[in-house]
Amino acid sequence: MKNKDYLSGYTPRKIKFRKVRKVIRTILLTAIALFVAVGFLLPTVLTISNSFMEESEINANYGKVFATTEHGGRVYIGERINLKFIPDKVSFDQYKTVLFKSPEYLFKFWNSVIYTVPIVLLQLLCAVLASYGFYRLRGKPKDIIFFVYIIVCLMPYQVSLVPNYMIADLFKLVDTRWAIWLPGIFSPFAVYLLTKYMKRIPKPIIEAAMIDGASDWQIFKMICLPLCKGALFSVAILIFIDYWNMVEQPIVLLINEDLHPLSVFLSKINAGEVGLAFAVATIYMVPSLLLFLYGEDYLVEGITYQGGVKG
Amino acid sequence: MRKQRISNSETIDTTTVNNKHKYKMSKAWRKRERKTRRRMGLFMTPSLLGVSFFYLLPIPIIFMFAFVDNPISCNFVGFANFKLLWNNMAFRTAAGNTLSFSLIAVPLAVILALLIALLLDQSIPMASSFRSIYLTPMMVPVASVVLVFQVLFDYNGAVNAMLTALGRTKIDWLSSDYAPLVVMVLFLWKNLGYNMILFLAALGTIPREVMEVALLDTNSRFKLFFKIKLRYLSPTILFVTIMSLINSFKVFREVYLLAGAYPYESLYTLQHYMNNTFQSLDYQKLSTAAIIMAIVMIFIIAVLYWGENHFSRDMEDW
Repeated sequence: MKNKDYLSGYTPRKIKFRKVRKVIRTILLTAIALFVAVGFLLPTVLTISNSFMEESEINANYGKVFATTEHGGRVYIGERINLKFIPDKVSFDQYKTVLFKSPEYLFKFWNSVIYTVPIVLLQLLCAVLASYGFYRLRGKPKDIIFFVYIIVCLMPYQVSLVPNYMIADLFKLVDTRWAIWLPGIFSPFAVYLLTKYMKRIPKPIIEAAMIDGASDWQIFKMICLPLCKGALFSVAILIFIDYWNMVEQPIVLLINEDLHPLSVFLSKINAGEVGLAFAVATIYMVPSLLLFLYGEDYLVEGITYQGGVKG
Repeated sequence: MRKQRISNSETIDTTTVNNKHKYKMSKAWRKRERKTRRRMGLFMTPSLLGVSFFYLLPIPIIFMFAFVDNPISCNFVGFANFKLLWNNMAFRTAAGNTLSFSLIAVPLAVILALLIALLLDQSIPMASSFRSIYLTPMMVPVASVVLVFQVLFDYNGAVNAMLTALGRTKIDWLSSDYAPLVVMVLFLWKNLGYNMILFLAALGTIPREVMEVALLDTNSRFKLFFKIKLRYLSPTILFVTIMSLINSFKVFREVYLLAGAYPYESLYTLQHYMNNTFQSLDYQKLSTAAIIMAIVMIFIIAVLYWGENHFSRDMEDW
């Protein structure tokens, strides 16, 4: 062992130096985190604040963005577009227009709701039953089926749209709401997540219940369901995000534009309606953000279990 | 002699040790198992029926369409459809674009998310608020923010204004070869939060004692931390990579909302190709393209899984 005087590292001057270094480090890291946070918040804040601008302000700032020539080309104008964060005059003009003058956006919003809510509820129902089955069963067939579920989950939408479209075509369901509801209700995504969560319930509990004479349905209702409440919320939020934003399915399976949800329709804004588009976009954000505020912890928990963290 | 590997350089002889105790199930037990299976089958019926009906049953039909030249006359043509697709310029551009996008976007998504997670893992104030802020892009609907991106990256938009301030020429972002960059920014904005949560959760499970011991044993903090932390994080890195890969294929949503069904060439992805083929209802092309995409996805996931198994074989708990 070297003859080192260990106490020499603990003179008051050195201790102070280390403390200062630690404070500087914290400040630097917090600054970086703040910078990144601003970047993440920018688009959302811009959308919301711009929705409170008046028509004239919008035109002054963004009027030339979506202008097109007769041939459908883009017009290159030498003016600069100003990004405004805080409107000069806060006005609810755009919202009034949305609510009273151009209600078609609200119809599409309602379309979105009509698609998302049943899919979330029914997919959860289907999935909870199925994942109970996966949890109680053992054996090769179950493993194979579960593996197939995972593969279907992981395929991009376009690949799974091909079978969906074929079946919908077969039953003349194309261009109806059922073409969206049915594949969504039976999607294996929720089954995968819920099974992963249910596997954490220790088997001895089930065995004890069986010894006490409980039937399968009773075990399901009284043991598994209450234990999975958190998981049900998290999966519900994840499914909601997925279907509130759905774009691929409607453009293929629905031809009639009246049935399209707002996620697709919002992209069809015209040149003169930029302010309106901001207002509609903000309204469209509201359910999503409300869910986030209420269920952020569940969301984080759900994502964590998706990652398969042990313990 | 049956050799069992217990670490990277040692093997032991396990001929007399049974790892899996296979007990014989008594007759009554087997009967009970069968009854359980029947009952559980009942629970799983709605989901099984639905999944097979809407996702699996058409698969043989898809295969049939892919190997047949015409839905009416049904002549078997072997791999002709595949060759046709391969020679199709649109398909090739689409495949190339998809591949190059994923190749750049996925590593970026993983590495940047890891850095942010490490950042939040240090003891900085308001870490949980930062975590919430970083998660918001995941919840904000894509359709809402596409508008802002269109405005920002427009020819007369803010980004070009910055470019002119730096003295360079303006770029028409969405109609140029730089368009995938815009989509990449949108993709990263949306997915970094999700990846970050996965990494944060994994970082929380690294045992502290190992880190403290390592700190005692070494002078170079960064290097050793990265070696140990990365080892413990490797399954999560694999999972995040797979999920980011899958999400990078879902980026069709953003591109469609930004640029429509027929975007500029550099943005035309496989999903656009498939989407536009749906309009023409050419079942052969659809089926062939779907099969190719499915095989590529399965291959990539299999490779990633094998890679992870191979590299984390000497970790204690896995």
